[in-house]
Amino acid sequence: MELRTEPFVLNMGPQHPSTHGVFRMRVTFDGEVVVDMEPIFGYLHRGIEKLAETRTYTQVIPLTDRLDYLASMTNNHAYVLAVEKLAGIPVPERAEYLRVIMDELMRISSHLMAVGFFLNDLGCSVYTPLLYMYREREKILDLFEMVCGQRLTYNYMRIGGVSHDIPEEFMPALKKFVAEMPSFIDEYDQLLAENEILLARTKGVGILPRELAINASASGPVLRASGIKWDIRKKDPYSVYERFDFEIPTGKVGDTYDRYRVRIQEMRQSAHILEQAIEQLPSGEVQSKMPHLLHPPVGEAYGHIEAPRGELGFYLVSDNSIAPYRCHIRAPTLINLTALRDMVIGWKLADAIIIFGSIDIILGEVDR
Amino acid sequence: MTKPLLGQEVAKQIAEYLPEAIIESNETAVTVRSESLFQIAQFLKTTPGLEFDYLTGITSVDYLDYLEVVYHLTSIEHNHSLVLKTRCHNRENPSVPSVVSLWCGADFQEREVYDLMGITFLDHPNLKRLFLWEGFEGHPLRRDYL
Amino acid sequence: MEVERNVFDYSLADYDRTEGKEIEALRARSQQPIADPDEWLEEEIYRHVLVTSIDRVIDWGRHYSVWPAGAGALACCAMEMVATAASRFDIARFGMEFFRPSPRQADLMVVAGTLTWKMARALKLLYEQMAEPKWVVAMGACAISGGTFAHSYSVVPGVNRILPVDVYVPGCPPRPEALLHGIMMLHEKIERQSIREGFLGSEVGRLISLERVRKLLKHD
Repeated sequence: MELRTEPFVLNMGPQHPSTHGVFRMRVTFDGEVVVDMEPIFGYLHRGIEKLAETRTYTQVIPLTDRLDYLASMTNNHAYVLAVEKLAGIPVPERAEYLRVIMDELMRISSHLMAVGFFLNDLGCSVYTPLLYMYREREKILDLFEMVCGQRLTYNYMRIGGVSHDIPEEFMPALKKFVAEMPSFIDEYDQLLAENEILLARTKGVGILPRELAINASASGPVLRASGIKWDIRKKDPYSVYERFDFEIPTGKVGDTYDRYRVRIQEMRQSAHILEQAIEQLPSGEVQSKMPHLLHPPVGEAYGHIEAPRGELGFYLVSDNSIAPYRCHIRAPTLINLTALRDMVIGWKLADAIIIFGSIDIILGEVDR
Repeated sequence: MTKPLLGQEVAKQIAEYLPEAIIESNETAVTVRSESLFQIAQFLKTTPGLEFDYLTGITSVDYLDYLEVVYHLTSIEHNHSLVLKTRCHNRENPSVPSVVSLWCGADFQEREVYDLMGITFLDHPNLKRLFLWEGFEGHPLRRDYL
Repeated sequence: MEVERNVFDYSLADYDRTEGKEIEALRARSQQPIADPDEWLEEEIYRHVLVTSIDRVIDWGRHYSVWPAGAGALACCAMEMVATAASRFDIARFGMEFFRPSPRQADLMVVAGTLTWKMARALKLLYEQMAEPKWVVAMGACAISGGTFAHSYSVVPGVNRILPVDVYVPGCPPRPEALLHGIMMLHEKIERQSIREGFLGSEVGRLISLERVRKLLKHD
């Protein structure tokens, strides 16, 4: 008697405890091993690109906040960079340094959340590592609240600078935070880096080979974990990043453990950049003089930065009116998902969840 | 610094390979005919000295006379970048060859362009709507939608 | 031995097409908002005098252990909802720390984030799977009225087109303290429900309330 087996299609999502939002995967299983995977999104598609055509250049900035809502400052920065390239607007030095400080604080906060949710997926599902991460993240959010009054969607950068200068209590609080940060990462490392369960479940799992990473246009920690030293802060520096001395952590193999290590080391490097930026901060004004309604010349520009999740770019086309003619957003997490299918095939269901968690997506950016 | 290559210089190199493909070239971009897009893309990816192995992004813009598809290409080895454009004048049924076999990162981006702008990509393995649901009428990002 | 073809065997593309048709149908019939379940408000004074001790016990049990569903976490407001559940703005002091992954075990759905028509069908299914009594809190500007995306082609202008909402918490995103204030208002609302008006505290329950049963028995 022969046993006949059939592949089995399972639908995961859009509501699922570990899909980081409204993401849906249709996975075909042979037993418990994944044979095929189809990601389906669009459950948060709000039409931001179309809405941006009906707002003035400054009114688009709050819309960009809601893209990658765990790293709003970097979204603002990318958009404002694109507009300044398009219209040729200079930015004062103090504003550039403030932008770098906000970006690096944002990077630390976003990586904390990424690692926290990743550990959630590994099995500590009633939030223990997440609560540890939140302890530090609340300190960062307090700093942001001092500057611009908001905890999540900041709307802080403006075309030609930033919107407000920092209050007096910001600098001492920031210095205290930067002094404490490395010891927190050490405490975290001590708990987790040599943890047997973490190593057994993540080493060698979900390998993204080098050629596939470049061919699939991956960017950010996903690309760097596969061994490619490509970071826009070093390769195509924007703002004042040339004046800082920092390293780019890369992985060796491109498995889930490497992606996790790259994020932890990037947090350390961000703290190092923050120390240098605090020392070098000049005085001056924070926004250059600009007309109320901006009419950039006819043309197009592509401005990109290194967001915590990858290369975030804005492609703007203008026709000399007060609203952009076309605003396209190059979303890093959408493009990182192209490689997900090849990474997941051949692993079991539980591994598929962690591989997906290690890419670290945010649905607001995937779906725009 | 990533050096943005001048459109005119790259146009000269393409003209030696396939002269009738170029429509225009200026400082920022090279515009080619949509029929020869795949060959030009292959040429740009494999020629030593150019070697654009990283596709940064695919966009589409609706100028009312024509629809334009814009490709941003980067080379990781040489650290330079290029903007490649192509045009479709047919608004009812626009189509452009797909570059998924060269850069597999183009998969979701071409589906997005099909979904929101309506441009069909020939030889794409799975061209269906990405963000909007099956049965949605129209292509929202066109200038004449609503 | 030949295996007969299963009657339910259809391709994934057909499944996508049926889903698309259901989404369009839901959109067509949700053009007006559903009324808020607030009919008890005009009888408020009545209730303070006439609420019985059984009601008190039942309501005390219900409102101090409302279990939220991990279902409505859609967009940016979900991050503030998770922050409310974290240790600084502890939601565990209200008995709500474990977000139930399964909607069948939950009482409360906090819709946090922008709702699109594609997701609306799935959210309605989740709401119908929750057991009575159940409550809905609309958190954030996008859930209340579409927020900053209200004029988009794919956004539902307010969750109350699809579900009946009990408490609206404004903000973009609302601070964790604001969400806690909204939850405390929900607790007050639950405290005042009486089994005379509806045993299960909902539309279905109102049909079998004790008053109506008593009237029916009198007529017989």
